[in-house]
Amino acid sequence: MDFTYDAEPVALRDAVRALLGKTYGDYENRRRIVAAEPGFDEDVWRRLAEMGVLGLPFDEADGGSGAGPVEVAVVAQELGRVLAPEPFVSAVVEAGGLVAAVGTAAQRAEVLGSLSAGERVLTLAHAEPGSRWVAPAAAVVATGQGDRWVLSGTKEPVVHGARADQLVVSAALPDGGTGLFLVDGSAAGLRREGYPLVDGGRAARVTFDGTPAQPLGEAVDRTAEIERVLAAARVISANEALGTMDVALDTTVGYLKSRKQFGVTLNHFQALTFRAADMYVSLETARSLVAWASMVLAEDPDQVVDAADRAGLKVARAGRHIGQEAIQLHGGIGMTAEYSIGAYTAHLTTLEQLHGNGHRHASALAATVADHGEVDPLA
Amino acid sequence: MRLRLSDEDATFRAELREFFTTKVPQQIRDTVAARRHLTREQLVESQRILNAAGLAVPHWPVEWGGRGWTELQRHIWHEEMQRACVPPPLAFNASMVGPVIATFGSQAQKERFLPATANLDIWWSQGFSEPDAGSDLASLRTTAVRDGDEFVVNGQKTWTTLGQYGDWIFCLVRTDPDAPKKQQGISFLLIDMTSPGLEVRPIQLIDGGREVNEVWFTNVRVPVENLVGELNHGWDYAKFLLGNERVGVAPVGASKRVLADAKDWARSVDLLGDPLVATRFVELENELLALELTALRVAANSADGKPDPASSVLKLRGTQLQQDVSELAMDLAGPDAAASFAGDRSEAPEWARMSTPVYLNLRKASIYGGSNEIQRQIIAKTILGL
Ligand SMILES: Cc1cc2nc3c(=O)[nH]c(=O)nc-3n(C[C@H](O)[C@H](O)[C@H](O)COP(=O)(O)OP(=O)(O)OC[C@H]3O[C@@H](n4cnc5c(N)ncnc54)[C@H](O)[C@@H]3O)c2cc1C
Repeated sequence: MDFTYDAEPVALRDAVRALLGKTYGDYENRRRIVAAEPGFDEDVWRRLAEMGVLGLPFDEADGGSGAGPVEVAVVAQELGRVLAPEPFVSAVVEAGGLVAAVGTAAQRAEVLGSLSAGERVLTLAHAEPGSRWVAPAAAVVATGQGDRWVLSGTKEPVVHGARADQLVVSAALPDGGTGLFLVDGSAAGLRREGYPLVDGGRAARVTFDGTPAQPLGEAVDRTAEIERVLAAARVISANEALGTMDVALDTTVGYLKSRKQFGVTLNHFQALTFRAADMYVSLETARSLVAWASMVLAEDPDQVVDAADRAGLKVARAGRHIGQEAIQLHGGIGMTAEYSIGAYTAHLTTLEQLHGNGHRHASALAATVADHGEVDPLA
Repeated sequence: MRLRLSDEDATFRAELREFFTTKVPQQIRDTVAARRHLTREQLVESQRILNAAGLAVPHWPVEWGGRGWTELQRHIWHEEMQRACVPPPLAFNASMVGPVIATFGSQAQKERFLPATANLDIWWSQGFSEPDAGSDLASLRTTAVRDGDEFVVNGQKTWTTLGQYGDWIFCLVRTDPDAPKKQQGISFLLIDMTSPGLEVRPIQLIDGGREVNEVWFTNVRVPVENLVGELNHGWDYAKFLLGNERVGVAPVGASKRVLADAKDWARSVDLLGDPLVATRFVELENELLALELTALRVAANSADGKPDPASSVLKLRGTQLQQDVSELAMDLAGPDAAASFAGDRSEAPEWARMSTPVYLNLRKASIYGGSNEIQRQIIAKTILGL
């Protein structure tokens, strides 16, 4: 077992950090970008494509760069560090991940090729009003046969659903089970109402009304693949949250060292420094569990659902702890939109809502807690 | 990054598991599993079995019984031992005074003490804390005054764990009361506990047990060759020792084992299906997993032999979780937890009877080895720069 990164992910991290730093190193700039549509910087997206970042997990034959989850995780951490709003997880890990898993060779070459090249923004339309991070779909129904299918119903929230050029949509099949379909952004009978998220991201309510759709691979039950990709996205978003928590703690520590009250900097008050120490404990224990889950995703993907629940639970707990304390230790300025720290907490909150909160992960794990004695990460 | 153990480490692990579960007497391991106190004889027997197999002091220098293992292998050794309910080698010997003598002691001290320390032929006690020197250890007042070839020691140590079994005690003593800083006038002295003028008095703890003591020194004469390292440099050795101590006091493996046993206890009282109980298991299991993985990560960082400051995370979180697990066990026991002292004729199962004394006893874990407040202080200052 080895927690250190090889040279390649380290080089990738440095390159992505440098690229993102140019645009998002200045928090004011980030505010400007998320205030305007589409809510991210198309130029950054193109540059990420040029660096090969958008095709990281895909086969070279499909236009990707043939790297693995460890590299994808490293990118997510960097995005999280600067709250970069580019739709990396929804486009590459979720939508792209499903195309890679079940698409035909032709679909993979076309869709993943243009995604990797930065020509096409993809998203996954899976969540439904009232659904709680489950794999099956119910509110969108597919009818048809062979290659001629239409979808009807509503998906929400769909991350960057208004901007996406193409959507991977889950839908209930006529004979039961959940199929996957590709829908063009310009398809007839597709309505998309976009709105901002509390962390500056974007989502949409997407309505299908007899909307033509192309089966991704065959129109057969894909619940298992969806569950796996949601788990992979949970692990990668946990990495993103880790980057966010890392900087939230750094920023808070910096503030305690510079803000003066009662004639001294705040780090003279042990009541505050001890709370920062506890945040560090949360961060470092989360870092270990997230690194482990990323390795499980890379090397033992059959176990990813359980590992994702564990990483998700830990990050949910740590994210609440660090996010709440970061604001509290900043005092009033932590409440303002001008200052970055509150946005870090908002982002941690949003990540949980999109990928599963602590309650969800704990109850998933409670269902199996009686099935084993110990959890053995070295087994 | 690599998830799997190498074939070599997997074999290493399997061999240790086999050894611990077959070579250490069942009755000793049952005592640990039942969370009862071990007798002196049991601890000595167990450590000698380990030592004979080269498994008591693997982290010492190779010439004194060390094995030159990787940090990962050391971690595996420690985890497997706890998993198999094998009592770890006495910390005072294996983790505290042994490494100090091996690193700072004279050749004569090494030859005289190290083999006997590894084999638990000498039972060491730790004489650091005093009534007025706890967290602020450097304010200690026990004095050692040079008189010819001897030091004359006067003062009092306290909280001396298992001092009733001790053959020798390693002490921090003040040798220069006029040093400009209180840390500078301290020396590290090895004292034979059978010396005239040395008296051990037991202290009863809240669980009813007597595991700690006061140790009084009245004109105790200690040969100068029992000084470790240089005069007035004892604080450096103490810091070295406390850094090692912190790593060892996060018994993740033992907490995992007790939590797994507690599932059986919960099942036996029909509570494992209770969502409130199941959630507590889930949260503790997950935090222990995160901590175990952190231990593996920190182990890799401390490869240069110096403890990583992040070992404070292990101590802080490890003891919190140890306490939380004991609390869960007591809650599962319900009213049977009140029958602590009912004895074996009680209808209450042993795990339930043990649960309250264990819970109370483990309050100590966040106090000793550098209290958890001191660990937060280390994290805030050394790691975060606050
Ligand atoms: C069961 C048990 C076994 C022990 N075994 C041994 C042994 O074998 N040998 C040995 O030498 N010692 C031993 N100790 C002693 C142990 O190391 C001390 O208890 C410990 O160092 C704390 O000192 P204290 O008890 O004097 O508490 P104090 O230092 O008086 O602390 C009281 C409280 O104040 C907090 N506090 C203290 N200073 C600060 C600060 N600067 N900032 C914030 N909070 C602070 C502490 O964390 C604690 O909560 C043992 C203790 C126990 C309970």
